[in-house]
Amino acid sequence: MAKKALEEIKVLEFGQFISSSYCCKLMGDLGADVIKIEVPPDGDSARRYGPFPQDIPHPEKSGLFLYLNINKRGITLNPQVPEGARIFRQLVKQADILVENWPAGSMVTWGLDYAHLTEINPRLIMASITPFGQSGPYADLKAHSLNVCHSAGVAKGIGSLGREPLTPPGSQSHFFGALNAAAATMVAFWEREKSGEGQYLDISEADCWAMLFNGVWYSRYLYGHEEVSRMGHRTNLPVYPWAVLRCKDGFISATAPEEAQWQRLVELMGNPEWAKDPRFENRVKRSQHADELDERIESWFASRGKAEIFAACQERNVPFSPIQDIREVVECPHLEERRYFVQIEHPEAGEITCPGPPYKLSETPWELRRRAPLLGEHNEEVYRGLLGYSPKDLAGWREEGII
Amino acid sequence: MNMGNPEKEMRKGKKGMPLEGLRVLDFGWVWAGPVVGQLLADMGAEVIKVESRKRLDFIRIFPPFAEGKPDPDGALFFHSLNRNKLSITLDLTQPKAAELVKRVVEICDVVIENFSPKALRNLGLDYPALSQVKPDLIMVSLSAAGQTGPWRDIMTYGPSLGALAGLDSLIGYPKERVLGWPMAYTDPASGLLAIFGIMAALYHRRRTGKGQYIDLAQWEATTALLPEFILDYTMNGRVAGTQGNRHRHMAPHGCFRCQGEDAWISIAIETEEEWKDFCKVLGNPPWCEEERFASRESRLHHQEELNRRIEEWTSSCTPQEAMKLLQGASIAAFPSNGIGDILKDSHFEERGAKVAVDHPKMKGEVLYGLPWKFSRTPGSIRRPAPLLGEHNRYVFCQLLGMSEEEVKSLEEEKVLY
Repeated sequence: MAKKALEEIKVLEFGQFISSSYCCKLMGDLGADVIKIEVPPDGDSARRYGPFPQDIPHPEKSGLFLYLNINKRGITLNPQVPEGARIFRQLVKQADILVENWPAGSMVTWGLDYAHLTEINPRLIMASITPFGQSGPYADLKAHSLNVCHSAGVAKGIGSLGREPLTPPGSQSHFFGALNAAAATMVAFWEREKSGEGQYLDISEADCWAMLFNGVWYSRYLYGHEEVSRMGHRTNLPVYPWAVLRCKDGFISATAPEEAQWQRLVELMGNPEWAKDPRFENRVKRSQHADELDERIESWFASRGKAEIFAACQERNVPFSPIQDIREVVECPHLEERRYFVQIEHPEAGEITCPGPPYKLSETPWELRRRAPLLGEHNEEVYRGLLGYSPKDLAGWREEGII
Repeated sequence: MNMGNPEKEMRKGKKGMPLEGLRVLDFGWVWAGPVVGQLLADMGAEVIKVESRKRLDFIRIFPPFAEGKPDPDGALFFHSLNRNKLSITLDLTQPKAAELVKRVVEICDVVIENFSPKALRNLGLDYPALSQVKPDLIMVSLSAAGQTGPWRDIMTYGPSLGALAGLDSLIGYPKERVLGWPMAYTDPASGLLAIFGIMAALYHRRRTGKGQYIDLAQWEATTALLPEFILDYTMNGRVAGTQGNRHRHMAPHGCFRCQGEDAWISIAIETEEEWKDFCKVLGNPPWCEEERFASRESRLHHQEELNRRIEEWTSSCTPQEAMKLLQGASIAAFPSNGIGDILKDSHFEERGAKVAVDHPKMKGEVLYGLPWKFSRTPGSIRRPAPLLGEHNRYVFCQLLGMSEEEVKSLEEEKVLY
């Protein structure tokens, strides 16, 4: 087995769906010991999300769950009843990190907020991931990933003017929140190594979008007096080409902001007469005649396929690339050579193929050590092995629906 | 919550910046690399940005500018991503400059870069070369497609990476052409993963004394965020198309026109209870009773008609009115904001989205704040973005002990340039 960067770090994950799961997956992937707590009887809502093989719903076969929960152990526990909360505190006592994503205030209701948990374990790092954070006027409002994107100005830049703004696909608010929480947690963990003290991290998905994604555009609004807007297949920046254009068998992402890149593209298209028009002499002027230029370039693209255009452009340092659909991504020879996709054997779902390492660390490589846990799969191992309870205790808890 | 003022209440014990004492060399340019250095600097690391007049960071020449006219020190986009950093200027094509980089690396813990894979290799400044002068160095390269594989040398921008990653193919109105996402989500998403990787590598270094190299392909980091679509293909052979605002299980789940200019409300309904409450807010119009909207499955199947009906209602109110009514019934609803809305919003204000910073080119410039709320050791914005080469003397004289004369002559030779 390879060396693990986060060996011996104990992580408790208590949440559902995506944000806490992806955050802790990143930790488990680098060797942290992640115990995922699911609330019985149904467990994580990602178990009901899918996609399912042959579209037949089954709590052990949800693709989203199977991907988000590799490299973790799984237990069931209901901390919303006093005995469950007591066991939860015992788990917290031996943990370094706790990540949760319940609606703001839930952990307080259960007596499991940071103020209480830090008394049991002053070294604990606790991260909460919520739509709007733990404070501020929106803290208690209800929101799904869709609403968070819209609230934080992400959607206003996607789609066509006059039509509804669009969200990025696949619950991206939760993934973006997870990435932020994972990075922040490790920063706090590093600090703990020096100070010996834990702390609480309040991660708001809307904050992450509004600041880390959209913050770079504040100055454009405040001092450039330009609002973000939706220009369909093109950018709203005064730059051309920066568009998605049609070709023979699909679409090309045509972004080339530098003048030399435009010149090389013109050359590639055989130095057509129209390109000499002074109306097209720089990227700003070109952006004012974008419809006309779309047509010019698309008529050259029309007889050529994505692969041909990609190869020809890259050969001349024109930074265009094909819009790959999901099949093309999964079958892409480049990713194959980098062994990006991995096959995971699962007792219920069979063999599944999903993304593997999102990066390659030279000393402590990403490693698939465990498939996603079945519901309550590691109850015995954790409650008996780690906390020292007896089979009788477990039987009693099972009866009462605590585990 | 017992949180009249949670930050005040919980901020006890040892203070200071979490990453104090960490030194980072930042070759980053445009967004993906610089955002890594920016977040590390916000949290207390000393981040030294390497740049050159010979080839300016693209965002030093990108409008808007502080005084209205192009000026590499007045580029506002640059200011936001490079606050808290120091700047040294080195023309890396000169052998002397490459030697100086190595001397700086010797006193750094981490190196960040997001050039194409051949760039630093050709300059003799890739990981094998730098780890010779600093054996426990941690270095991360955020390239488009990674350091290996047949497409490793491709040239891309953020949007073209979303294209390769499969992300763009999903963006557009349902059953219509691909529109793509003209913003570069790949940049901050990859940057965050890089920070996670760096911190994990630092932890490993503390235990073992060993550094390492992180090959981060922004394309791969982004494809990792699309599991439901990837698995629907690998499990069922289904190739997802443009998604619009749709969701696999929720209906209604969309964005609806309201009164006002470009005014919209997003609404997402998960449970049957919520659906009933939603109908009630609308005044239980007869169409709510129709069989085709009676169950979630059926609503998913008849989304277009459903959305048209909902829009008839939302068109009669402003987004704020609709939000108030719906949130009052515990329904997830939120207006679709622009940047201006965020900047005027009291919630984002309270969460610290805006921070005013004095820059030599602009007093009280508004930058975005720190997205993470740490209870005990929050980060901070301590200095504005650096002027080009502002810290040449600090780094080369104070940190490396070179003399003023040496630095002057390197400037004259345009090594420091």
